[in-house]
Amino acid sequence: MRNGDETAVILPPKPLPVSVAASLRTLSIFAGAVALAVVVHLIASKNEPPLETRFYTIFLCSVLVIALITAPSQIFWPRLRRWRQTLHPILAATALLLCLWEVVTSGVRLLPLPYFPGPAKVLHSLITDRMLLFDSTWHSLILLLSGYALGVIAGLITGLCIGWSPPVRYWGMPLLKVVGPIPATAWIPLAMVVSPSALISAVALIALAVWFPVTMLTASGISNTRASYLDVARTLGAGRGYLIFRVAVPAALPNIFIGLFMGLGASFLTLVVAETVGVKSGLGWYLSWAQGWAEYGKVFATLVIMAAFFSTIMTALFKVRDRMLVWQKGVIKW
Amino acid sequence: MVMTTDAEGSTLQLRDVRKSFPDPGDPINRRLVLPGISVTLAAGELVSLIGPSGCGKSTLLRLIAGLDFPDSGELLVDGQSIPGPSAERGLVFQDPNLFPWLTVRRNIEAGLAARGVLQQKRSEVKEFMRLVGLEAFADAYPHHLSGGMAQRVALARALINHPKVLLLDEPLGALDAFTRMRMQDEVLRLWQNRRTTMLLVTHDIDEAIYMSDRIIILTQRPGTIEQIIPIALDRPRDRSSSDFLSLRSEILELLHFAGNRSSQVTA
Repeated sequence: MRNGDETAVILPPKPLPVSVAASLRTLSIFAGAVALAVVVHLIASKNEPPLETRFYTIFLCSVLVIALITAPSQIFWPRLRRWRQTLHPILAATALLLCLWEVVTSGVRLLPLPYFPGPAKVLHSLITDRMLLFDSTWHSLILLLSGYALGVIAGLITGLCIGWSPPVRYWGMPLLKVVGPIPATAWIPLAMVVSPSALISAVALIALAVWFPVTMLTASGISNTRASYLDVARTLGAGRGYLIFRVAVPAALPNIFIGLFMGLGASFLTLVVAETVGVKSGLGWYLSWAQGWAEYGKVFATLVIMAAFFSTIMTALFKVRDRMLVWQKGVIKW
Repeated sequence: MVMTTDAEGSTLQLRDVRKSFPDPGDPINRRLVLPGISVTLAAGELVSLIGPSGCGKSTLLRLIAGLDFPDSGELLVDGQSIPGPSAERGLVFQDPNLFPWLTVRRNIEAGLAARGVLQQKRSEVKEFMRLVGLEAFADAYPHHLSGGMAQRVALARALINHPKVLLLDEPLGALDAFTRMRMQDEVLRLWQNRRTTMLLVTHDIDEAIYMSDRIIILTQRPGTIEQIIPIALDRPRDRSSSDFLSLRSEILELLHFAGNRSSQVTA
């Protein structure tokens, strides 16, 4: 009787079968790329002080060893094989890119020094100054998270009020539309005068940068809740609390997450600017300090750390979204 | 009209219910949708509402649900006037309107959760899932369901609150012909179990004859009651019996769709 209905349930796609022959191709591509990088490095670093290039040599060699070991062991370990199978083009491309970077900088000196150091120099700075870099990352993390959390909480509350209540919308929306688009960094001169400490004003500025997109998207999500969902909930006996927090908020959640992502991007920008001009710690501060001493190896090391730092936080937010919006799976892809 | 002593349903009484809406093209005049409807549904009765598009059928259901208020007139459930929406009057739309962020189980629970009685009545959830045959899909999300399944969840969600009146706004309108006939039997089975008073808006004359105790035919807007036709056939009804077919042609005649009279339609 329910035949037609049952087939409507979508099954997850089966993983593609991976052959051993294909896995050996993986070995040749990635390991070959790394081997090429090692050779290029050894040639290019002949003129460099060996102390500065030592770490990079060790790094490349250990990657090569890992590539050589994982290639045969994946025959016995299917999970590793699948993982390598999907990642090996990217890994190989990364190795080739490092290789190219080394050729252009340390190799043929196409780019002016000291502004464009080679990968060996950057890795050397990264390792020798690791304590200070770690400390700076830690301070940035604390500052970023406190500002972001504050902005998100404030944005959710104001967004909810504006989205749900027409009077609040009437008064709040014009204010939001006029004040909101001002970049948070434009408030720096004022923040420096008003706030007792640079740290507090930085937290406030990051919160402000996050608050605007979160408020905007939350408000629009809440006010665009399908009227029929609310009607249905009312005929089920729902009170106001249920209508707001169990119907409007979940219905607005996809929108709210767009706001959270926009806010996160704005918070990175504000964090780095605030640390560069006022706060005496963090990655932004380290970056401008290294630039002041013309230590471009350290500048690039900071950029590497920032890339890892910010993308990790972004990935964490994606994970949270995937968990909370699991019901959208298969409906929307973004 | 069939009535049993254990009916969950209530009587539903409409007295001269009038409703108009602001006309978007004409700010001075209001558009009259219902000029004054009076009708009474007995407890446990299943009544269909048929009429041309825009005649105010859905408006009438919204008024009974308490989602809208009439300009004048009275709506009474068991003699009490309707103060606003409540779990006593369930509403099922053509679009199942399941909450897409909740699983099937949680959608069915929503009726209890909204009233804050989920803890006490959790045991009923299973029973209702069995009633509509969805135990196997308890943890599926709505976008995985077919139209018929989704509508069954919507029915279970409305019924779990044991409404005294169930309002059905073309609930089967979006389904294919076979699923639709199967669902008609399912709604009838639910109705026979619980004796909920049901008011069913439909465009399908066969569906109205097959299911209801009485059929109310509304005129073009402003909607007034053109005729109320009692259906005295025994259940289960045979869609191809001669009585069924003669009722069908009678109603088609009333709606001015009968063959050679269609040219005489008056506005």
